[in-house]
Order: sequence, then C-alpha cells, then structure tokens
Amino acid sequence: MSDTIARTATPDAAEPEPPRRARRVLRTATDAFLRRREASVLLVAIGLVVYFQASTPIFLSTDNLRNIAQATAPTAIVAVGIVLLLVSGEIDVSVGMVAALAPYLMHYAIDFYSIPAIPAILLALAIAAGIGFVNGFITIRLRVPSFVTTLGTFYLLYGVLLTTSHAYPVAIPEPTKGNIQTWLGAGDWATLAWCLLIVAIFHVVLTQTRWGLHTISVGGNPLGATEAGIRATRVKTGNFMIVSVLGAFAGLLEAFRINSIDPNIGGGTPITFTAIAAAVIGGTALAGGSGTVIGALLGMLVLAELQNGFNLLGISANSFFLIQGIAILVSMIANQYLSRLRRAGRT
Amino acid sequence: MSTEALRVENIAKRFGALTALRDVNLRLDQGEVLGLIGDNGAGKSTLIKILCGFHKPDEGRIFVEGEEVALRSVEHARQVGIDTVYQDLALVNELSVYHNMFLNREKVRWPLLNNRLMRRLAKQHLDDMGVNIGDVSIEVAKLSGGQRQAIAVARSVYSDARILLLDEPLAAMGAKEGSLILDLISDLKARGTVSIIIIAHNYAQVLQVCDRVNVLQHGEITFDKPTSQTSQQELTDLVVAEYRAGRAARAANNRRSKP
Repeated sequence: MSDTIARTATPDAAEPEPPRRARRVLRTATDAFLRRREASVLLVAIGLVVYFQASTPIFLSTDNLRNIAQATAPTAIVAVGIVLLLVSGEIDVSVGMVAALAPYLMHYAIDFYSIPAIPAILLALAIAAGIGFVNGFITIRLRVPSFVTTLGTFYLLYGVLLTTSHAYPVAIPEPTKGNIQTWLGAGDWATLAWCLLIVAIFHVVLTQTRWGLHTISVGGNPLGATEAGIRATRVKTGNFMIVSVLGAFAGLLEAFRINSIDPNIGGGTPITFTAIAAAVIGGTALAGGSGTVIGALLGMLVLAELQNGFNLLGISANSFFLIQGIAILVSMIANQYLSRLRRAGRT
Repeated sequence: MSTEALRVENIAKRFGALTALRDVNLRLDQGEVLGLIGDNGAGKSTLIKILCGFHKPDEGRIFVEGEEVALRSVEHARQVGIDTVYQDLALVNELSVYHNMFLNREKVRWPLLNNRLMRRLAKQHLDDMGVNIGDVSIEVAKLSGGQRQAIAVARSVYSDARILLLDEPLAAMGAKEGSLILDLISDLKARGTVSIIIIAHNYAQVLQVCDRVNVLQHGEITFDKPTSQTSQQELTDLVVAEYRAGRAARAANNRRSKP
C-alpha cells in the first residue's frame, strides 16, 4: 500500500524547493492516506495490536502471529473474491460450501478415480469454476437475484457434500502428503503466503487492469457500462467464477493445514459470512461500484485479531460475535457517512 | 455540405402490440446539426436505440455515408462511426475522468492499464475541445452536470465518431451549464468533422445550434424545415396542437365508454 501512496503523492510535490518540499510531500502523503478507504481499517488493526500487546505480551510472539495468520488467510482469500463480486454488484453466499466441497472433490478424484494429486486439485478448482459459472448463469441469464441464486446453490452443494461424504470426515489423500500438503497449507506460513500473493494479484487486477475497471463499471453504472459496450454478463460471470475458485482454494488450504477433510470444519457458513464481513469492514459497498481488496484483508485481520486477542485475554468467545456485529454496523455507518462526506467535498 | 452522413428509410419498430415507430424517414448531411423534437412517447428513444445498434428495426433501411448498414450491436454501430451520448451519460461515477474517457477502449500495456498514456491523452483532448475540468484524475462523481455531459460528448468525439447522437443533452441543466454544452456543439459544428443529431423535447435551446429541425410524432417524422425557416412559435403550436388533439380524442373515448 505504501507504494500507491507514494505514487499518488509525487506528481503534486515536484516543484517547490527542498525544505518545504519535504513537508509538502508528507502532507500530501497524509492526505492521500486519509482519503484512502483502507486507512481507517488499518488504524483499527494497528490500534488492536497495540492494545492486545499491552494487555498480553504473548500477542506478538511468533507462535501467536502464526495463529493470527492462519485465522486470517483462508477467509481473506475468500473475501478477495467477495470484494470483486460485490464491486460488480452481486453477492455469493454459496462460496463457503464450495470451500467445504473442494477437498472432497479432490479426495474423490484421487482415492476413487486414481487421478494423480495435482490434476485432482486442478479438477476440484475447475469444478468450482463451473459452480461459479452456474451461479452467474442463473443470476444474469435467468435474472434471479444473486443472493437467492447462491442461497439455492448453497443448500444444493450442502446436500451434495453430505450425501456423497455421508457427513464423515476423511483423511488427506496419501499422494498429496509431503511437498504438496506442505506447500498448500500445512507449512507454517504457507496459507499466509498464498493469501498475500492472492491479495496482491487481485489488488492489481481490480485497480490496474481492464477487468477491474469493467468490474467497477458494471457495479457502479450497470446501464451505462452496457451502453459503453462492456459485456456485463461476462464480467459478472467471471467474477462469480473467481469467487468460487478462490473459495475452493481456501477450502483446500484449510484441509491440508488441519490435516483432515471435514464437512464441518474449514468451509460452510462461517467462512462465507466472515468473508463478507471482512469485505464490508474493509470498505466495500454492497451496492456495487466500490471496494478494495487490501481493505478486505485488513478487515479480516481486524476480525482475526479480535478473536485471537479475546482468547488470550480469556474473554468468552461468545462475546466475540457481539463485537463482530458492532464492527460491521459501525463500519457500514461510517462508510455511508464518509462517502457522503467525500461527495460533499466535490470541487 | 450536401454529402449525406446518415439516411434512414421507412424504419418501423413494434414491441408486441405497441407500435413505437411507424415509418421514419430521416436524412442527416455531413457536418450538419439536426434537432429531433418529439413529445414523450413519440418514439424518440426507440429511434435512438435503433440508430445506435441496440434494437433492430422490424422494417426499413439505414445508410451511413451512402452505404447500407445492418447494425448488429452497439459496438458495430460504433465501428461504422455512429456513437450516442445517452441521457444518463454512461459515465461511471466511481471512476476517474480519464478512465471514463477511455471506458471500454482502454489503452493497455498488457496486462496492465496504461494509465499515464490515458491521462495524458485525455487531458490533451479535453484541452483541445475547450473543456476545462482541471485534474483528469478526479472522480466523475465530483463534477457538475455540465462537466459530465461535456466529458461524455468529448469521449464520443474522441472515439472517431462521425455521427453523434445526443440524447437530451440539456435535460436538467441550468442556463450556464447548458451554454457550456451549446458552445461545445457549436465548436464541433465549426470543425465540420462530425454530424450531430440532437434529440430533445425542449426546443427553445436546441434551435440556437441546429441547422434543421425534424419533429417526430406518433412514430413518424411529420415536420422537416431548416431552422431559419421555422420559429419557436411554430414548433410550440405544432406540439400543442397534437396535445390538444390527443386530449380531445381521449375525452371522446371517455364519453363513449361511460354509459
């Protein structure tokens, strides 16, 4: 994020002489920072680190940082996809079920059909992409609101998952053990590394590519985007597919990390809703047109810090949801207020 | 001035039981500004949507610079040089001015956008057209109605449009904002490279810049005169007469249906 700030700050600050220039660079940088939507979430995330570290010194220990990273990463990966989809004006509540189903798909492919490990993983991701495509098709071609479409696929996938797995957990398939499992989740910082990589890629996709621009356009002005010749169907369906694939990938990472494929752990409703919460706390509008991938990562970090910090402080896990609820409401209200403020500040 | 830019012959369009356009004949000369006036429901928007490639006509033919074209899509219409500035302007509030200028025609250094180039070209082009908005990196949401309209027009001109359809360019705009757009249109006319159809139902302002005026009523062009040979009064009378006739017909209908 720091390089984006620097880039936005430099053009204005080119002319004046050195001593004043430094101050002016600092001021434009501060301005640019505060104007960024991620700023407030970052401040909250840092504030929580300071608070929890002050209350319990092990908060910043390596072990605990790893805990936070592992709690943040998979959901943040899903949240990245959710941001893209929300920005394009749609939502997907089935993604958690895709995350739960994907490791089973891999397991079926390897253990029942003797497909080698890597193709099996790719197959699981491809099927997830197919699920995303179906979500997109039903939503856009058949004009069912995406919330309803994906609520339907959510139950459908849940049914598929429970009937095919008989609701029993299974072990990680033998061929994936070793390198694959380590790299895809079991390694200490593997999930975090994937998460940061995915966040970086999709931050660039959303802000620096045609795909991102068109995603913002179809969410911000659906009619106008179509009039400009942007194929809304393609953009939205593509984003449904991206969410699903990211969901499946997060599900696989979690399965490898906890070393078991379980219908009730790793996927399901919690990951969906936490990811949406992270996106929303990170400043993504449900109405489409605006949102940030980095904001979602920070939003997820805040939620993970809260949960972790509460655990360390011995505060009941039950009250965590209280805080999460308040966090969502406060950030949404702040968002409304801030965007009105930004509009009012027009020249 | 007499080479033809666009000719429309016998265009008809029905939506189920509703006949939106009955038989539209229209001609636009090179470099000409044509005012197309019609009341609500006269078929203006259907005609625009046909000319911009959004709807296909049920009957009739369209000629661009003398050659017949069957417009397949908005993109195809744009390829043959017809571009439309819609009432909603097709601008995305959340994007910067220069991103909007290049919407769906982005300059790319694959896989990334070439923002620097787009910024420079947008600034250059807006300066050329005398549209002054300062910083092209500003979000469109922060601009005034007139500035937004100007950007939408500039965008169409920039995309090498030779026939420009302006849908209600002065709607909901103050006098000062409106004159910004009228100046822009006059400038374009002076250059002579684009031919323009202005669709409007407030003709008072439109008369200032149009060379010729057509009136669309009940899906047909019922009136076609050079601006110099008509007046605001004549157009008002025409539309009011239609309104009165319509009201009388409705009243008669009502009397008949009530026992």
